[in-house]
Amino acid sequence: MFYFLLGFVLLFLNNDLSKAVITLMNVIIILVPLIGTIFGVMYYYNSKEFTELLLGQPIKRSSIFLGQYSGVALSLSMSLILGLGIPFVLYGLFQSDMIWDFILLIVTGTFLTWIFTALAFNIALYNENKIKGFSYAILLWLFMAVIYDGLFLMSLILLDDYPLDTLSIGATMFNPIDLSRILILLKLDISALLGYTGAVFQKFFGTNFGLLISLSALSVWVVLPLLNIFRKSRKKDF
Amino acid sequence: MIRIEQLHKRFGKNQVLKGVDLDINSNGIFAILGPNGSGKTTLIKSILGMVIPDSGELLIDDKSIKGKWKYRDEIDYLPQIANFPANLTVKELVAMIKDLRSRPGDDERLISLFKLEPFLDKKLSNLSGGTKQKVNLVLTLMFDSPIIILDEPTSGLDPIAMIHLKDLIAEEKAKGKIILITSHIMSFVEEIADEIVFLLEGKVYFKGDTEALKLQTQESNFERAIAVLLSRDNV
Repeated sequence: MFYFLLGFVLLFLNNDLSKAVITLMNVIIILVPLIGTIFGVMYYYNSKEFTELLLGQPIKRSSIFLGQYSGVALSLSMSLILGLGIPFVLYGLFQSDMIWDFILLIVTGTFLTWIFTALAFNIALYNENKIKGFSYAILLWLFMAVIYDGLFLMSLILLDDYPLDTLSIGATMFNPIDLSRILILLKLDISALLGYTGAVFQKFFGTNFGLLISLSALSVWVVLPLLNIFRKSRKKDF
Repeated sequence: MIRIEQLHKRFGKNQVLKGVDLDINSNGIFAILGPNGSGKTTLIKSILGMVIPDSGELLIDDKSIKGKWKYRDEIDYLPQIANFPANLTVKELVAMIKDLRSRPGDDERLISLFKLEPFLDKKLSNLSGGTKQKVNLVLTLMFDSPIIILDEPTSGLDPIAMIHLKDLIAEEKAKGKIILITSHIMSFVEEIADEIVFLLEGKVYFKGDTEALKLQTQESNFERAIAVLLSRDNV
């Protein structure tokens, strides 16, 4: 519902598909992780009683938690895809050449939803205390969305004298938000804004190989927290 | 059959179970007693696999339950605190649990026995404590499983429901089941239990029937006998 309204409002304000996609990118990059994190943590704590009820029943532990996770992640991604998809389709997305950019945007948005919901579940599993869990989750989001960039930038300034291509690409891989942002920016061909770094990134991410690597990095970001949910849920006491 | 060997469990600094050995071979009603914090619920949750023990063996029908989950189909469990998802109605919850177990349950008889019909379409968050406990009992007892575990089944029940509960427990016992009960109401325990398992400081302190307990403590009154068990350790 939220995404749906957002899509319409953006289209009305911009009156142009490609501009709307760019605005949308900014929103997706920041808001999607936040929504994923908050909903993930909230859902876990809210369904705690339910989980305890299920644990007494003949059900595998991992299927309880993975089921809950996929329930949240799937419904969030569906709302993202439908909410953004419907207004854009109504606006004539299929007739425009923006369609691939839009699809990439949706795909990365979905990835971000899955990643941050999984991270949120991890945080909730480790913290019995709701308030603590919530704060950690928000801190995580803040770190990934804002602080990481700052640190990254500082390191670039401090290490000014060295060639930084590999470092910056590597550092980008370690933050799913950055990774998605750069992926979309390059796809939208506004990499010239990024200057020299942009050229380096373009060389790396612009190719199919780079796209493949980035998408697999995003997948790793989904799989690792999921495995940890699996591992932790086996050992946890209720 | 339930066999427990040298079960240890620690929560942080608090060592709750310090080597519990327990053998339940025959059918009947076993009351697990002990002061607050003696590890009754932890023991029960270990049997259910909700608490993972630090060390020790837990066997049900001679099979270790470690990492297993199918065996829980043999167990009906009544949790101590009736925590239900608040946004479901009683009817939906019953249907869901039946669906999970994928076998028919005896829910209608129990619902009419506890007079729960007027609450069927109410949300669980709007029920009183006693009514919740009745729903809890229906959910637990509607399946016909060989092992029944009841953690504080009497809490919040009115006298009529209490009588029904006793009848139900006797009925299940007659079917040749193993029934584990924890309770703090001694008259209830004395009335129904075949055997007492007394937990103290994380160990099985006493196991035997009520007569043996009275003999050992030289008290004719059950409640006093338990009190003696408790105080002897403090001397």
